[in-house]
Amino acid sequence: MSGFMNYLVDSLAFGATFIYGSTGEILTEKAGHLNLGIPGIMCMGGAGGAWIMYLIGSSALPPFLIVLLGTLAALLFGALTGAIYSFLTITLRANQNVTGLALTIFGEGMMKVILDGSKLTNKAYLVQPVSYFHWPFAGRNDSLQLIGPLFFLAIIIAVLSSWVLMRTKVGLHLRAVGENPATADAAGINVTGYKYAATCIGSGIAGLGGFYYIVDYMGNNEAYLDIPSLGWLSIALVIFALWRPVLAIVGSTVFGFLFSLSSLIKISTATQPLMQMLPYVVTILVLIVTSIRNKRENQPPSSLGLSYFREDR
Amino acid sequence: MSHPSQNAEREPLIHLSKRSGIHPAKAWGIRLAALALGLITCGLIAFLLSEKLRSDPKLIEKFYTAFYRASFGRGKIASDPYRKTWDFLQYSALLLCIALALTPAFRMRFWNIGAEGQTLIGMLGASAVNFYLGGKIPEWLLLILMLFAAVLAGAVWGVIPALFKARWGTNETLFTLMMNYVAMFLTAYLIKKWQPMGSGTLAFANGKLPALINNYLLIILVSVALAAAMFVYLRYSKHGYEINVVGESERTAQYVGISVKKVIIRTMLLSGMLCGLTGFLFAGLNQNITRDSIGGRGFTAIIVAWLAKFNPLVMILMAALVLLLQKGAGQISQDLNVQKTAMPDVIVGVILFFIIGCEFFINYQVHFRGRGQKREEAVK
Amino acid sequence: MAGLPFPSERQSGPFFNESGGRPVEKQLALEMRGITKRFGSVIANYHVDLDVYRGEILAVLGENGCGKTTLMNMIAGIYFPDDGKIYMDGQEVVIRSPKDAFAHGIGMIHQHFKLVDLFTAGENIVLGVKENGRYRIKDVNERVAAIAARYGFHIDPSKKIYDMSVSEKQTVEIIKVLYRGADILILDEPTAVLTPQEITRLFQVLRRMKEDGKSIIIITHKLHEVLEVSDRVTILRKGEHIATVNTRDTDENRLTEMMVGKKIDLNIDRPAPKNAQPRLEVRHLDLHNAEGIHVLRDVSFTANGGEILGVAGIAGSGQRELLEAITGLQPRVQGEIIFHNPKKDRPVTFFHKSMRRVRELCAQNAFHDGKGRDVSFDGMKTAAIRKWVESGDVLFREDEVMSLRDKTPLEIRQLGVHLSFVPEDRLGMGLVGSMGITDNMMLRSYRKGRAGFLDRKKPRALADEIIKELEVATPGVSTPVRKLSGGNVQKVLVGREIAFMPKVFMAAYPVRGLDINSSYTIYRLLNKQKENGVAVIYVGEDLDVLLALCDRILVINSGAVTGILDARTATKEEIGLLMTKTQAAGKEETK
Repeated sequence: MSGFMNYLVDSLAFGATFIYGSTGEILTEKAGHLNLGIPGIMCMGGAGGAWIMYLIGSSALPPFLIVLLGTLAALLFGALTGAIYSFLTITLRANQNVTGLALTIFGEGMMKVILDGSKLTNKAYLVQPVSYFHWPFAGRNDSLQLIGPLFFLAIIIAVLSSWVLMRTKVGLHLRAVGENPATADAAGINVTGYKYAATCIGSGIAGLGGFYYIVDYMGNNEAYLDIPSLGWLSIALVIFALWRPVLAIVGSTVFGFLFSLSSLIKISTATQPLMQMLPYVVTILVLIVTSIRNKRENQPPSSLGLSYFREDR
Repeated sequence: MSHPSQNAEREPLIHLSKRSGIHPAKAWGIRLAALALGLITCGLIAFLLSEKLRSDPKLIEKFYTAFYRASFGRGKIASDPYRKTWDFLQYSALLLCIALALTPAFRMRFWNIGAEGQTLIGMLGASAVNFYLGGKIPEWLLLILMLFAAVLAGAVWGVIPALFKARWGTNETLFTLMMNYVAMFLTAYLIKKWQPMGSGTLAFANGKLPALINNYLLIILVSVALAAAMFVYLRYSKHGYEINVVGESERTAQYVGISVKKVIIRTMLLSGMLCGLTGFLFAGLNQNITRDSIGGRGFTAIIVAWLAKFNPLVMILMAALVLLLQKGAGQISQDLNVQKTAMPDVIVGVILFFIIGCEFFINYQVHFRGRGQKREEAVK
Repeated sequence: MAGLPFPSERQSGPFFNESGGRPVEKQLALEMRGITKRFGSVIANYHVDLDVYRGEILAVLGENGCGKTTLMNMIAGIYFPDDGKIYMDGQEVVIRSPKDAFAHGIGMIHQHFKLVDLFTAGENIVLGVKENGRYRIKDVNERVAAIAARYGFHIDPSKKIYDMSVSEKQTVEIIKVLYRGADILILDEPTAVLTPQEITRLFQVLRRMKEDGKSIIIITHKLHEVLEVSDRVTILRKGEHIATVNTRDTDENRLTEMMVGKKIDLNIDRPAPKNAQPRLEVRHLDLHNAEGIHVLRDVSFTANGGEILGVAGIAGSGQRELLEAITGLQPRVQGEIIFHNPKKDRPVTFFHKSMRRVRELCAQNAFHDGKGRDVSFDGMKTAAIRKWVESGDVLFREDEVMSLRDKTPLEIRQLGVHLSFVPEDRLGMGLVGSMGITDNMMLRSYRKGRAGFLDRKKPRALADEIIKELEVATPGVSTPVRKLSGGNVQKVLVGREIAFMPKVFMAAYPVRGLDINSSYTIYRLLNKQKENGVAVIYVGEDLDVLLALCDRILVINSGAVTGILDARTATKEEIGLLMTKTQAAGKEETK
């Protein structure tokens, strides 16, 4: 395959990390909660999944099951970390920005404790799920092999999330909660329940992003150090995608593309940081353009960042 | 018809109401209790994570004294026995400076979470001056130019999101967040450009902050003076009054003829300038720069400012508290032989959860089902 | 009585109660017994009892702040009572949430509409409804259209709420409740935003629902509406149940007495205008708002000093924009706004004019020294000028005529023109809720004083004065005004605006949400301004008040003036017609 195709596939594969992260954040934001703890949550998901893979990776279990258990563990760890955020911001109505930042501090530390501290020095836990699912037509070392089941899971989750948000009653209710919780409450929607569900499920999905990056895309035990910065990019991507998971797929690919652009055009290492800056600059531009166009449908959910208390007068 | 007491079970288990006011002593009591609970929880977590602690539970004493020892313990170096305390005060001061820089913006409800970038860019400005002029001009002039460049750079970084917010209402939380990374990679780029073969750390021989009795005092004094000045500015100046009005209601501001745009831009200029000033202090203290020089303090400062309810004087205390936790947590991982870089984050994170969460009990009153029923029976 | 724990004893009450005497066959739908609700230290409801029957319209009458809405919110599941019980069909029910309320067939149409702006009408209506089968918005829209047809509503289910008018939104709210098959409908002040014609139509719909066997509770403080539409009235006062009476057995005076607790003179003073001279002239005012909607169309009128000009119209017809355009809060205004100041041969003062402005005017030869000679400040020190001007010997040559168009509020003030404006949104625009009275006084004056720093002394003195003069109930000058009651908040705001010594005093819905006593205080203050020669512009919603208080009434519809009437001869019907007159018709009339 040509170099360019390799590069494109790599962008797609890399971008899947962002698809998980930003789809998770979109669900959370649609419930009216700006979760700046996503980097920490992705760390926790990645750490949890990798840890389970480490524990069972060299056992006699079928590879498929190992991957499945690892994935479920990542989902669970992400969701549990999200539950901390949910409890603080939904039940205790704490400031969302501050809670998110604290969660990121916590998640990063916890990840290092789990992965580094438990002496995972060998790569035993890094059974690349992708290696069990080969494309029959591509060569063994083709970059197409980078695209595995977890990549498709990301696409499925994003498409499914979009469908749920825009086409189902549950999605309608969730959007109402994020737009105007008092109205949703008066309409008999369980606002707290929806907020918890969206935040925890969203966090679980984001957790998968960390897992995917460490275990599948990178497949080495140093990879986790990158996760926090990928988490922040995922939050940026939500703006880029105008709060639509399907657009997040496009955006993620663009981000992946920009991120590894420097390796394609063989520019000097000196300008590499400028290339890495690009995704953030593009996000800022999108943010500016949408605010100038001021289309109501493209704005953040109205109650984003605000706590809801029914008896507020 | 069912008897009331049976029906009581069907009432909500927990019922919340907003407090109309709370005695300050009670509020601080709740906060201290939360801190204590957080510390206990951290002890439990440490117990789970540290084999050393499990094998020798008596070490738990060390866990709790660590917070004191890390910041106030006597050092081993005979020539400078108070090094830990000075160090603690100095880094509290730096954290305080950033938190104070954020305060006017937060009072205006402008959620500037870009202090990390604004401080780093200030540091970069100072470093640029140092790189090009260091050793070529007198040290005092160099320092002045560094300060000037830092303040200017910080102001530019702060005012860009403000301009867009003022003109088009562009979401400032997300904008300032992104600017952090732009600053980080710009710094990385320039360091590489200035020192192509370097490791990413650019060190300087010049541009050291002057010593005032010792190397720590200047920064500490600057931060305290800044806190006092910020308090006066917000409480007694016309600008401060305008900031409060804009923060409370933009429409009220327009109604009395305050130009909201002007206030947003002016305040973010100030916020950015103060971040830049802090960047200068970092530059003059470290005499080097990397893309991670600020090390997340810009984010921690947000938490500090919020914990202090944006009151500059309370902020002094809160900056010290957060630093006490951080340093103590570092000491613990050293003593208990757990992952050095990670453990402080976990401990600080957990304690912050408790402090953040406890505000709920200060703002809301929780009624349990049982109590209402008792009252009802008493009426009978 | 009210605290009795066993409701069964009380249940028969209404059947034999003389005042509430009902035919026995009427079926009880809902009862509230001994309901108490507190907010912090404020008691919103205290041991309130209420009965609703099937197929009746019950009016819940009371002054603003008497706890009507709070009480209804407890049936609707928004609040949970601290004490007391609710029964439906004889069974005790616990309504923990709006969901529970729906399950019991209770639906509430809130005064502040609970709609998601970004959603369509259909999406809003189906929100939170449990239905079998797959959710398809197309099916929902069809069902909505069917309900609309049955009751004679006009609605486009796929229209977005942010594109809708107030009455359309209300329609959506009512259909929302009907869609859920509610048997008990609660309407909170449904007529506040409607024209007399729309009110008539609403009442027809309500009567049809009643014939359907539904119970309707209508919260209101307007007596004539109670008498027109309800079967029974429950009166609340200060959070307590005062009485429940049959509508046909009562009249306006008796209801007022129960509502207020004493006989009250309902007449509003209207002193004859003295020496009314044009003060503010508005010519061909045209305005498109930020969204590009044409909100003011060719508005022309003159407000005279010493006169109250009323502005009547459906809510959202451009009243707010008109006042904001005059005060300089609306950019992009076309037309003329001219301020007349009858200053000829009157002394110059520093009250309205700054030193800079006085020098400017002097340079334009606008002053004389009382004997017709020119005044020149050339070569004089500031202190000397000040002394001379303050001696009262520097007089204006001519009346001042100034254009206020394209000027910001600050520029208007720097011209020396004091416009007072009591906006509709008191805590969101006129005052800062989290600040105390002193700091709110400073809003108008904080620019004075030492450079850079605030002077709190004078605002503090003003705060004390207003608290005393207007009997503002507050724990202190630094208590956040948000914590004060609606009437006290308004007294603080109006007090400050009067202290500003205005030439034009504009007030938008100044008595909305106020109890009767506070309302009359406000009317008195407006009349006092009028007697002082101020041009008062009063935007109101209660046509009875407009007709009693104002000298002239300007009627506005869709941003255009449809008529200016003499308030002493006009009738309510006349105004109502003008409020809804389409613009095309209006134009023909003026030709």
